This record gives sequence, structure tokens and C-alpha cells, in this order.
Amino acid sequence: MTLHIEIPEETFGSILAKAFRNTAFVAGFVITLLILAMAIISYVWTPYDVTKLVISDKTQAPSLAHWFGTDHFGRDILSMVMVGARNSIAVALVAVGIGMGVGVPLGAFAAARGSLVDEALMRLNDLVFAFPALLSAIMITAIFGPGAVNAIIAIGIFNIPVFARVARAGALAIWPREFILAARAAGKSSTQISIEHVLPNIATLLLVQGTIQFALGILAEAGLSYLGLGAQPPMPSWGRMLFDAQTRMVVAPWMAIFPGMAIVVTVLGLNLLGDGIADILDPKSRRQR
Amino acid sequence: MTVYLLKRLTIAIATLVLASIVVFAVLEILPGDPARLMLGMNASADQVELLRNQMGLNAPLPWRYLHWAGGLLSLDFGRSYTYSVPVIDLVRERLAVSLPLALIALALSTIIAIPVGLFSASRRGRAGDTVAMGAAQLGVAVPNFWFALMLIYVFAVWLRLVPAGGFPGWGAGLWPALKSLLLPAVALALPQAAILARVTRSALIEVLNEDYIRTARAKGLPYRAVLWRHALRNAMIPVLTILGLQFAFLLAGTIIIENVFYLPGLGRLVFQAITQRDLIVVESVVMLLVAAVIAVNLLVDLSYAVVDPRLRSRQ
Repeated sequence: MTLHIEIPEETFGSILAKAFRNTAFVAGFVITLLILAMAIISYVWTPYDVTKLVISDKTQAPSLAHWFGTDHFGRDILSMVMVGARNSIAVALVAVGIGMGVGVPLGAFAAARGSLVDEALMRLNDLVFAFPALLSAIMITAIFGPGAVNAIIAIGIFNIPVFARVARAGALAIWPREFILAARAAGKSSTQISIEHVLPNIATLLLVQGTIQFALGILAEAGLSYLGLGAQPPMPSWGRMLFDAQTRMVVAPWMAIFPGMAIVVTVLGLNLLGDGIADILDPKSRRQR
Repeated sequence: MTVYLLKRLTIAIATLVLASIVVFAVLEILPGDPARLMLGMNASADQVELLRNQMGLNAPLPWRYLHWAGGLLSLDFGRSYTYSVPVIDLVRERLAVSLPLALIALALSTIIAIPVGLFSASRRGRAGDTVAMGAAQLGVAVPNFWFALMLIYVFAVWLRLVPAGGFPGWGAGLWPALKSLLLPAVALALPQAAILARVTRSALIEVLNEDYIRTARAKGLPYRAVLWRHALRNAMIPVLTILGLQFAFLLAGTIIIENVFYLPGLGRLVFQAITQRDLIVVESVVMLLVAAVIAVNLLVDLSYAVVDPRLRSRQ
């Protein structure tokens, strides 16, 4: 006896309607969009020039002229937060790209081949996971020189095993399905099947993991640039601004408050977005951390 | 069970050996000659060569690896280039700060997260759950070093309750030493607690839907007893996994926090050693941390068996 269950067809419209009812998704989407807009606007306009030092305006408290106050060189904190957003987003986004670009094919390949290849790749994953990510990122940037590019590489490398694991787990669940068998019977190679049938089916998983790693990348970049290993001055970065703020906490606490809030809001937005997407596309999915 | 244990143990040891080869190889291909670095720019080529011989830098590569790895096993890490003391002494001194810090942070995070997770799971979907999980969502987003700066501002600068940084040493007495570890521990613990609370909640919700929970309730056990004795215990596996990961993170993750608070811990030691190219210190500390991560993960694997009797009978 077979059991037939009608599953309502999910159309783009129905998913969109579901998305707008999901508070986490809407909040995350709006926040992420605002931060992105802020970064893009900073290319054409900022309230003040972030490269111009106005010593007579140094460490001014927030006011109408300077909403977030000024730093020890008289630079406008709001303008620096805006420009800093570019750096954070660029580093985290490219690092996610590296992780996906290398990790997903590796994971999909491991799932397609199975046995020895799979075992070897997973043990390699264990090896990378055994190194504390932050410590290794610090080593990489310290050894190859500080800067945004090396920060991207350092963060990107540790995204690779994460995506490999997610892609492998997702692909393993897809492989026993009937439509894969059909594709096999049609004579498709395992590479073809992976690209045409497996990848589209694990795209949601990867998207959700992508937003999580994006958020973690923002935090990691902030940590590295706080230690002086990220983007170099005069390019403003949120982590570097916090470093500059630390010794001036008594006279100018706003120097620490606003860049930190920028990090919190960005990461919060991305996490909410990820939660929302996971909820909408698969109510049963749980986030992996 | 024994087969399972042996397999985990073999994998752990193999990972450790591979990791040591990676660490050795990476530091080997680095630019910069340690002998030249120690002697300074004015040293002659002959002097550098003499020191290289003394330090054993001219021996063949595999031999040097074995010598180094053997030294690690017997806890002989060599001498620091910059401090001119045995690395093991440095590590011991710094571990006396970092280990208590990591343990206090882990304890704090667990004490906060498990009750919050229980609270949220048992009031799923209600106002209390929404507020708690909203706070957790916020906690996950806060970078611990920024949180640390805010804590310094409130508790050290404003209220003057605790020092803003530095460490008096355990010789100064238990309370002054603990007091200077308090803010760093809180700064480390809160973001971790947020993650742990979320994991605890979702693991509990999953367990609370199980049949045996209904059975336990049906036989008349009070809700509290079911929650603590049956549900929590069964939800422990994901919680333990995260705890293990967090301990490993806390040991290394203190690098930034130790920099914020000027604590003479392992993280600051390795950070300074990296910037000073004191490779012996770097490789020793990195290997120690990697070994700690692997050991903790192994312990977590073993603890699954303790928590879940079903895993004991299965092999």
C-alpha cells in the first residue's frame, strides 16, 4: 500500500508571502539592506572627509554637527563608521566566497565518491578544525603581513571546512533519492549529477550557512583589525577604531560605543536574516553553529 | 564500545601527528633566520653560521622534525629566542593566568546558559521565551572585546569596582588575582552563554517532543522533575559538543581579551611571540593548544557514552 500526501506546490509568490510574515527575516533583511546601503553611499557621500584631520575638533562629544562625535584626530565618527562598513563587508563576503568556492566542491565530491575519498577529506577537515581558527588567522596575518587581503585569506581558509561539511552532509541526504537514481539510469556522470541535481537541492543549506559565516567573518575581521592585523590606516575599520578608542575610554567613550554598535547591528541583522531564511524555506531545519 | 573508543583514540593521535607536521612545515618555510634574528643585523656571516650549528638548524629536515617532536613529548620545548628562558617555564607561568580565566568563563557561561535554555524551552513561544532568545540573539552578535571595553568603562572607569587591566599575580593573594580576572571572564562568558543557551533550548525542545517524556509525565512525575532529570540529560549531547568547542575556543580565544585587559596569559604570549618571530614559542604554544583541542574533543566523544547509555551498548 502506498500513501499519497498532497504537498502544496511552493511558488515564488507563496514563499514571498511567507517571508513577509516572518519577523526575523523582515528585520534581518531591512538591517542588512541598511548596512549595505550605508557602505555604498559612503563611496559617493559621507558627512565629513575621513582622511582630513581637524585637530581643533578632536574628541568632541556627539552633537548635531557630529552625530557620533569625533575621534582623537578630529575625524567624524559617523563618516568613519560608514566607510568602515565597506571594509568589513568586503572582507567577510570574499571570505565566504573562498569558503564556498573551495568547500562546496570538496564536500560534494566527498559525498559523490564516498568511502576512501570521503574518509580522507573528512579527516583533513578534522585537522583544520583542530587549529583554533582565531589563533591561526592571527598567525597567517602576522606572518604574511597585516592587511585586508591577508585577513580575507586567513578568514576564508577556515570557512572551507565549514562549507565542505555542510555540503557533504546535505549531499549525502540527497544521493539516495529516487531522482538521483533516475539521473544515473540516464547515464549522467557523478559530477554532472552533483552539479545539476545535488547542488540545487542543497542551495538553501548553503545560503543559510553563508549568512552565518558572513556574520562570523565580520566579527573575525573586527578582531583582527583590533589587533592591528586587518586593514591598515588611514583606511578606517571598525576593529581599528575600537583599538584607538581603548586608551581614550575616559575622555571619549563614544569613540568605542558607535563602531561597536555598528558591528553588533550588522551581525545581528545577518543572523536574523539567516534564521529567517532557514525558517521560511524549511521549517524543520535547525541552524548549525 | 571499545572499538568506538579505539577508533576515536587512533583518529585523535593521527590528527595530532599530522598537525605537528603542518606546524613544523609552516614555520620552516617562513622567511627570517632565527639565528640572524637573535644576533642582530651587525653579526657576521660566520657568527650566524656558528649559532645555526649550535641551535641545530643545519641538521637535515626529517631529523630536526623528529628531534622537535620528541622534545614536545617529553615536555622539552626548547628555549625562547627573545626571553632566553626555557619555553616550558614561560608556558607554565602564562597558563596560570589563562587556564583559570578559561575555566571561570566556561563555568559562568554554563551557569547562565543552561537555566536560560531550560526556561526558554519550557515556555516555548511565550513572552519569556521571546525575550530570552532575543537577548541571546543579541549576545551572539556582540564581539567579546567590545563588550570588554564597555565593561571596563562601567565597572572600572565609572564605578571603580575592579581594576581596568593588568594582573597582580597569584602571589598577591587569591582575591586581588581573582578580581582582575572577573571582568575578562564575564566578557568571554556572555557571548558564549548566548550560543550555549540557544543550543540548549533547541536540543531540549527536540527532546520534549519524545514519547518517553510523555510517559514520564503520564506516570505522574512533576514537570520540573521531568525537565531536569529526563529532558536535560537527553539534551546533553549537543550541549556537550558546544561546551567542548567553547573550551577550546576559550583557551585560544583569550588572545584578544588578554590584549584588552593586559593580562600576561598564553594568548598574549603567543601574540607577542608571533610579532617578535620567536618561532620556538609560537610552535610550542600552537601545538599545546591543538593538543588541548583534540583532547577536549576526545573527552566530549567519551562523555557521550556516559550521558547516553544507548551508545555504550552500540559499538
